[in-house]
Amino acid sequence: MAAKKIHAIYTDDDLLLQAVNQTRAAKYHISEIFTPFPVHGLDHALGLAPTRLAITSFLYGLCGLTVAVLMMNYMMIQDWPQNIGGKPSFTFYQNMPTFIPIMFELTVFFAGHLMVITFYMRSKLWPFRKAENPDPRTTDAHFLMEVDVDNHDVETLSKFLYDTGASEISLIENEQDH
Amino acid sequence: MAKDMYTLPSKLKLFSIVLMVLGLAGIIFGFMTTPKTIDDVKKILAEEEAHHGVDHAEDTANFIDIARGEEGYSGAAMEHATDLSAEGHGASSHEEHVLHQLQTRPWSATFVAAFFFMMIALGVLVFYAIQFASQAGWSPVLYRVMEGITSYLLPGSIIVFVLVIFAGEHFYPWQNADLVAEDKILQGKAGYLNFPFFIIRAAIYLLGWNIYRYYSRKNSLAQAEANNFDHYRKNFKASVFFLIFFLLTEATMAWDWFMSMTPHWYSTLFAWYVFATMFVSSITVIALVTIHLKSKGLLSFVSDRHLHDLAKYMFAFSIFWTYLWFSQFMLIWYSNIPEEVTYFIIRIQEYQGLFFGMLILNFVFPMLVLMNSDFKKVPWFVVIAAVFILVGHYIDVFLLVMPSTVGHNWGFGIPEIAALLFFAGLFIMVVGNGLGKVSLRPKNDPFIKESENYHF
Repeated sequence: MAAKKIHAIYTDDDLLLQAVNQTRAAKYHISEIFTPFPVHGLDHALGLAPTRLAITSFLYGLCGLTVAVLMMNYMMIQDWPQNIGGKPSFTFYQNMPTFIPIMFELTVFFAGHLMVITFYMRSKLWPFRKAENPDPRTTDAHFLMEVDVDNHDVETLSKFLYDTGASEISLIENEQDH
Repeated sequence: MAKDMYTLPSKLKLFSIVLMVLGLAGIIFGFMTTPKTIDDVKKILAEEEAHHGVDHAEDTANFIDIARGEEGYSGAAMEHATDLSAEGHGASSHEEHVLHQLQTRPWSATFVAAFFFMMIALGVLVFYAIQFASQAGWSPVLYRVMEGITSYLLPGSIIVFVLVIFAGEHFYPWQNADLVAEDKILQGKAGYLNFPFFIIRAAIYLLGWNIYRYYSRKNSLAQAEANNFDHYRKNFKASVFFLIFFLLTEATMAWDWFMSMTPHWYSTLFAWYVFATMFVSSITVIALVTIHLKSKGLLSFVSDRHLHDLAKYMFAFSIFWTYLWFSQFMLIWYSNIPEEVTYFIIRIQEYQGLFFGMLILNFVFPMLVLMNSDFKKVPWFVVIAAVFILVGHYIDVFLLVMPSTVGHNWGFGIPEIAALLFFAGLFIMVVGNGLGKVSLRPKNDPFIKESENYHF
C-alpha cells in the first residue's frame, strides 16, 4: 500500500513554526519539512534530537590546534630556527606568542571547514546528488510541511492544516520511496 | 505594592550602608597614613630590609634598567626612559621617588574602584543606546533594568571627574612643569596634554554622557504613557548621536585618564582595549541584576532566552577582550621597542600573578563555563561566570592604573579593599533605588511585544 502524505505550503517562517507546534499538539506526524533557509527554533519545535555538530566542530578545532602546534614546532624550532627581531627561537615556550595567531587560524580553519563538510555528509549532500525537495518553490520563498496521513481522515486533516494557515494543501500518494 | 515594582531589600540596603561606612573609613585611613617625609620612607625601607633580608632598595631602584640591560638596550635608550617614575630621571633620590609613589597609592586605589563602577554604568548606557539605535527586538524587556543601572552614572562620573582633576601629579607626570621643561617629547604633546584642556575634555565627557542618560530615560518613561511613537523616535535619534559622541570621547577618555599616566608610552589599540573591559563588565552586571530581580519574583516577562542572549554577549565579549589584549601585547612584545615595551616589562616583572591570572579569569574560565548553550540559560552558571569576569576586569583596571602610578610599591591592602567596599556599597544603594523608581515593565515600546514573545 502506498503511503499517503499531505503537503502543506506556508509562506512565512513564523506561521510555519506555529503550524508545527499546533500539528504536533494535535498528534499528527510530520515526516519532513522543506524550507528555503534555516528556520531558527524549528528543530526544537519538531522535537528533533539536539545536533551533535557542535561536538564534532570542537574536536576538529582541537585537531587544528594540534596540527598548528606540531607544524610550528617543527618549522620554527627544530628544522630551521631563525633569529627574527632578536626574539628567542630555540624553545617553543619562549616563542609561543608569535605562534598564537597561527594556532588560532588553523583551529578556526579546521573547525569551520570540517564542520561544513560533516554537515554535507550527514545531510547526504554529496556532489551529483539529485535534489529531493518535492516543490521547487521551497528553494525560493515557500515552506513545505509533509504530514503522514496514516489512518487519519484526509478531510479532517486537510481542514486542520488549512486552519493552521497553510496556503496550499495537496494529497500525495507515493508509489515508491525517494 | 504595585506589580513589577522593586524595592531594595532592607537587608541589602543595610549591607550597602555598612560597606560604605567601612569603605569610607578605610579610604580616609589610607590617605592619613601615607608617609609625609623622606625620613618616614627611609624608616619604611629599613624595616622592609630587616624583614626580607635583601637589599630591596638597590634591587628595585632601577630594575627597569636592569631588565633593559638584559634585553640589550643601548645606554641612550635607558637614559630616555622616564616612563616609570613620575619625576623621571630628574628625581633627586630613590627615597623621594618611593615617597611619591607611596603618597600616590590611596589616590590610585580610590580611582581604580571609582572608575570600575563608573565604567559599568557607562557601558550599560552604551549597550542601552545600541539597543535603540539597532531597533533590537529581543531586549526592550530589559530597558528598565538597564536604566536602573545607569542611574549610577551621575554620582559615579562626578566622583571620577573630581579624582582625575585633583590627582594632579600623582597620576599625570605631564602636569609637572619642571619635568616638561626638560623633556622634548612632552613639550611636543603639550598642545593636547595640558591642564586646562584636560579639564575641559573631562567636563565634556561628564556632560555629554549624563545629558544622554537624562534625556533617554525621560523619553523612555514618557513613551510608557504615550499613544504614539514620538518619544521612541526621539530616543532613536539621540542614541545614534550618543554612540558617535561616546566612541570619540571614550577614546580620548582612555588616553587622558589612563594612557597619559605614562605619557611617553602609547598604543593605538588602547582605547578599544579599555572599551572592551568596560563593555563586558557592563553586560555581566545586566545579567547579574536580571538574575537578582528574577529571584525576587519580578520580571516575569523576562525568560531564560533573554538570559541566554546576555550570556552569549558575556562569552563573546570575553573573547573580544582577549583578542584585543593579545593584539596589543604581541605587537609590543615582538617589536620590542624600548619606549613601548616598558609597559609590559613592569607588569610582567612586578605584577606577574595578577597579569597572567587575569587572562585565566577573563578568558579561560568564561570560555569554559559559558561554552555550552544550555549552561547559558542556567542562572547559577551565569553567576559563576559573572564573578570570574567582574573580578578579572577589576584586576584589569587595577593593572591599567597601579603599575603606571605606584610602580613596584603596590599592595592589596586597606586602601584598595576599602575603596572597593565603598564604591560597591554606593553602587548597590544607587542602583537599587534607581530600579525601584518605576515599574520594571516597559510599556508601549514598539518592540515590547516582540521582546516578550522572544523565543529563540
